[in-house]
Formats: sequence, structure tokens, C-alpha cells
Amino acid sequence: MTTPVPTPNKTDHLDLLESHAIFILREVVAECERPVLLFSGGKDSAVLLHLAVKAFAPQQLPFPVMHIDTGQNFPEVLDFRDDAVERIGAKLVVASVQDTIDQGKVADPGLLGSRNRLQTVTLLDAITDNKFDAAFGGARRDEDKARAKERILSFRDTFGQWDPRQQRPELWQLYQGKVNPGEHVRAFPLSDWTELDIWQYIERERMALPEIYFAHERDVVLRDGMWLAVGPFVEPRPDEVIEHLSVRFRTVGDANCTGAVVSRASTLGAIIDEITLANVSERGATRGDDKFSETAMEDRKREGYF
Amino acid sequence: MEVITKDLLRLATIGSVDDGKSTLIGRLLVDTRQLFDDQLDAVAAASEKRGVGDLDLSFVTDGLRAEREQGITIDVAYRYATTPTRKYIIADCPGHVQYTGNMATGASTADLALVVLEVAAGLKEQTRRHLCIAALLGVRSVVVAVNKMDAVDWSQLAFQRVVDEIETLSRQLGFKSVHIIPVSALLGDNVVEPSKNIPWYEGPTVLDALESSEAGAWEHTTTQGARLPIQWVLRQPGGGRTYAGMVCGDTLHVGERVWLLPANIETTISAINFGGESITEATVGLAADIELADETNAGRGDLIATRPLPRVVNELATTICWFGEKPLQVGQRLRMKHTTKTSPVRVKVINGVIDIEKLDVDDSTTLTTNDIGLATLQTADLMVVDDYRANRVTGSFVLIDEATNATVAAGMVGHASFL
Repeated sequence: MTTPVPTPNKTDHLDLLESHAIFILREVVAECERPVLLFSGGKDSAVLLHLAVKAFAPQQLPFPVMHIDTGQNFPEVLDFRDDAVERIGAKLVVASVQDTIDQGKVADPGLLGSRNRLQTVTLLDAITDNKFDAAFGGARRDEDKARAKERILSFRDTFGQWDPRQQRPELWQLYQGKVNPGEHVRAFPLSDWTELDIWQYIERERMALPEIYFAHERDVVLRDGMWLAVGPFVEPRPDEVIEHLSVRFRTVGDANCTGAVVSRASTLGAIIDEITLANVSERGATRGDDKFSETAMEDRKREGYF
Repeated sequence: MEVITKDLLRLATIGSVDDGKSTLIGRLLVDTRQLFDDQLDAVAAASEKRGVGDLDLSFVTDGLRAEREQGITIDVAYRYATTPTRKYIIADCPGHVQYTGNMATGASTADLALVVLEVAAGLKEQTRRHLCIAALLGVRSVVVAVNKMDAVDWSQLAFQRVVDEIETLSRQLGFKSVHIIPVSALLGDNVVEPSKNIPWYEGPTVLDALESSEAGAWEHTTTQGARLPIQWVLRQPGGGRTYAGMVCGDTLHVGERVWLLPANIETTISAINFGGESITEATVGLAADIELADETNAGRGDLIATRPLPRVVNELATTICWFGEKPLQVGQRLRMKHTTKTSPVRVKVINGVIDIEKLDVDDSTTLTTNDIGLATLQTADLMVVDDYRANRVTGSFVLIDEATNATVAAGMVGHASFL
């Protein structure tokens, strides 16, 4: 018990987060039969895909990439998705919320209505149809108080539900993802990363991102305290004034519930400086989907949301 | 732009229910300005809605609907904080005995335990239990926040009584570093700002104590041998293979003599890669992949090690925290996940349950829910292990129920030195 302790290694916090995420990716692939990586085209899923490539280099990704397409995406994000997947030669599965609507499984909210919550049905159907038993997601625990409670490997029953009161103990780095048929796990390799860690890592790795993350000029309207981009999914209402501002997006979700922040930060360095000084959290600043109630995220997660 | 290099400190809050763990973490995050305005507004709104004052700091971490309704912590909440030189991962653990599995989840990766206890109540059984589990899990540093000093009129006598109890227990449990600090999490005294109400205390605040603690203690081991449990075999262009895994124990170098276990094949590291790029050494915590000079049929579950070598066994003396609903019995069959290997196991002997008060072992032959006991396990496959006190990775395992796949126990190879 008294032998000397080896010299601490020289790695910094980003190195440790990176290796931890790679370790999780490999564990899940080794233990589960049919994993899939959920990819939205946002910065977190871009980092996740980048880490997945590193984890299995020089081989191809040993699992497909799946996009749950609400049909209300920013076009820049779809372009980025297609480029990213093609560049690494991954297989892309697209599951469409429109198909779920056409099948009559959920009510059509109309062109301008939010499809955010409907995605859960599309996602769970796609997991069942493809017999996926593990789904990687880019969620981070610093995003929301319900996510802060979730395990890195999070069990889902045959209805796709998360039960926050019955989570499997998850000790050390012993991730166990064994499930019975019809059940699955969600795996969150970026659990311990913060928004700032993500941006610092993107800068360090010189990663590409959708253009809408960087400051650009755009027509926006102020609605419920958020700047929404005027476009096919956001029509200005009679009482709203269109403004032309320099904005960027801090998160990427559906065009009709993701707000822009007024910003001139057009480089990674400027973005990092900006969020270091921010007074408002990324979801608080930009996400209408979290504002339904005190426990909006917990309620959606229980149903099987991302 | 300035290059930001920070180290990483993982801490877990432990202690009994209602002594103020979540409030202390809330206070620490608010007073170091880690929370955004909208997050603070949401805490204020939730406090008002539930009629618990202007700002119930426990709501910063107690984020589940049931937790806010009941005013307790059910499962671990992870929060993050940064200071100029350090990133913190904070696991705010539940205090109730029925959530011991969740507490152990939070504490199993901790470098440091932040113990919160109420000064007037002293060292409760549940606090002793948590300290005992933290010691078993290999936590070496503790910061003890003796809370609710405002409720005893900042009495030095009341504080000193608790200090004596804690010091006695800490000595028995063998902690390496212990800070005991009088605080009021509610009012903020000695959390981030030094207290004006406690002039008789001249030591560090909670934040000072955290900032000066050793980071990365989790990865440190007392065995000098390096280990790489193989996770996955990567095929290289041209037909070669490399073995992917996370390094623990010590650094691995190209050209180093290594042993592939349990097959006991001696060979040499011919190359090390990270993320598809060649490197010369793999430090502790790196998810690398390595190439061996000799042809082997190594695969997932095998382990690459340098000297001193781990043991290869099919029978293990262990310490077990049992979380299963039904008691653990002699003869019971389970699955063990140890490093990257999973093997059927059978309970051969149960050697008793640890008595938290006396810190010795009784003569029980079953373990009931949340008992910590000693058991000898027989494994179907050969396992490559170190003692937990020597290496937290190769010395730890979980037990899995074969029918439900639930994780029903946390296990450590060997016995704690205080027993």
C-alpha cells in the first residue's frame, strides 16, 4: 500500500474527455448487437461522429448513422449532414416524421406547427424497425436538469421509456448495455462535456460545422423572447417586425423552435470568447421546446425522446 | 487566443439525507457564478411555486419532478464547474439508504468526497455508512463541511464535538487528506467566501480546500504495472491488427516488454496509435490501440500488462455492495463484468457483513439490500485481476442478474485495510 504513485500524466481535461468518450463508443459496439449513432447535424453530434471515427480508425464505422428528419430543418444543416456522412463513408438512415404523420400515428401539426415532440414516435419506430439495441446520442448533462440525472448508458424498456427512478447503478467505467429483445440502451459519450468543452474541442480538432453556427446576416423576428429565422417554417405574424441582424445559432434544432443569438462572432475563437462571457444558458437562449413546463425535458425523455 | 489547459477533479457529495448536500452544491455553484441567469430564474420560479422561499438552492441539482415534490435527492445529479486552472465534475449523491446504489455510482469515479453533515446531529449512521463506502471505493481525500452552523449560533464547542468524531473515524478508515470546515450552506459562510460569523476558524473555505486537492487521484494506482484491457481488435491496412483499450496503472511505451494474459504470452509493443495516428507512448487514461510484435490470437477480454503482473485466477476474495432486492445467497449464479470481460460466477462463500458502527465483520451468510459484505466468488472463465487497492480498474467489477440484466452489485477484489 505504500509503493510510490506514478507521476500524474500530462494530459489536460479535453484529452481525458476525448478518451473517455472513445472508450464508451468501443464498449457499446463490443457489447451490443446493432448500435446506431443519432446524428442531427448539430455541433454535439458532429463531435460525436468525429470521436466515433477516431475510436475505430483506420476501419470504417461499424454502425450506421441515423437522422430523425422533422422536415423542418435548416437547409445548411442537411447539406452538412450529407457531406459529413459521405466524407467518412458511413451508411445514413433517414427516418422521417412526415412518414409517421402520413401513417396516421401522430396528428399533423400543420406546416408551421412544431414537430419537435412528434420525433419521439419516429425515433422509437425506427429503432424497432431496424432492430437497433443501442443508440448513441450527443446529449450533455450540462444542458438540462433532467439530463444531469441520466446515466451514460441509459436503459429503455420495450416501450422506449426512461424511468428516472429505476436507473441501473453505473459504477466506475463498467458500462453494461445488455438488454432483452425489444429493449434498448441510449449511450451518451459526451455526458461530462460542457458547451465550452465542445467548442474548445472543435477548435482544437479543426472540425467543420454547419455555417449557421457562425455569425451571418439574416431576417429574423422576435417571438416569445427568441429571434426566429424568417423562412418556410416561420412566417412573420401581423404584429411582428422583420429585422435584418447579424446572428448565429448556439444550438441547432427545428427552424421553428430554435432561436438565434445576436452576435458578430464569425470564428471559433470569437465564439469561445462569447460563450465564456454568456449570461444565459444555450438552451435557455435558444430553445422553445424546453419552455413548456418546469420538467419539459424530463417528460419528453420519459416518453423516449433523445 | 490563450491556450487553456485545465486539470480535471471529480468529486462526489456524500452524507445523510437532509444535512444539506444539494444546498451546499447549489451555494458553491451560485457563489462561483457557474449558473446562467435563466437557470437561476428557473430555480427561483420553482421555489416560489412550491412555497419554499425565494431561492431553494437544492433545486439547482434536484431536477426531477419527484425530487422536487418530496424535497429529497433520488439519483445522482452531475454538475460542472470551472475555475482558472481546473474543471470540476460534481456528482451530487442521494443520502437515503435505499438509494445507496446511486450514491456508489457517483462516488465510484470520485477523486474526492465532499462530506456534508449537520453540526447539531453529529455523525449519523448514514454518514458513517457513506464514509465507509467512500473509503472502500478508494477515495483518499475528504473535505467535510460541518453544516448549519447558523442553527447552533456559530458555536465552536458544537463544531469541535463533531470534529473529534470525524477525526476518529477518518483515522480508522485511513483517509490521506481530511479538511473539516464549519459552514452554513444556506447563508454561504465558508463555502466560497470566508465567514464573518466564525472568527475562531482560520482554515480554508470549501472552495479553497477543493482547489488545493489532488486531481486525477482516481487514475492513480499503487501498482506500477501498466494494463490495457482489450476492448476491440482493429484491422490495419496490410493485414495487421491492433488492440484497442484504455490504459491504466502506468504508461505504455513502444518497444516495451509486455505479457498477454491470461494466455501468458511474452511479447513486445511494436506500435501505439491514437485515433489512427502513430504515437510513442500511451499515458494513463488514453484510449489507445497497440500492435504486438508477435502473432497472437488476442481479443476482447484479454489483458496486456507490464510487470508487476496481475493475477490470473478463477476464484476471488471480494468486497461486495449488494443492491439486489432479494438477498444474495451462497450458491447463487450471476454474471460478472470485470474490465472488458464478462464471465458467469457463482457465490462460493459469504464471509459476513461489515458492521458500519464497529467497522468489523459479523458472521452473516447472506447479504440483504444495501449490505456491504465479504464473499468468495468462483468464476467460469480465468480472470486477470489486481487488488482494488492497487488498481481501481483491474480490481473492480459489477454483478449482473442473468434474467433481467440489472446491475445488482458493485464488487472490489480484496478487502479494505481497515477490516
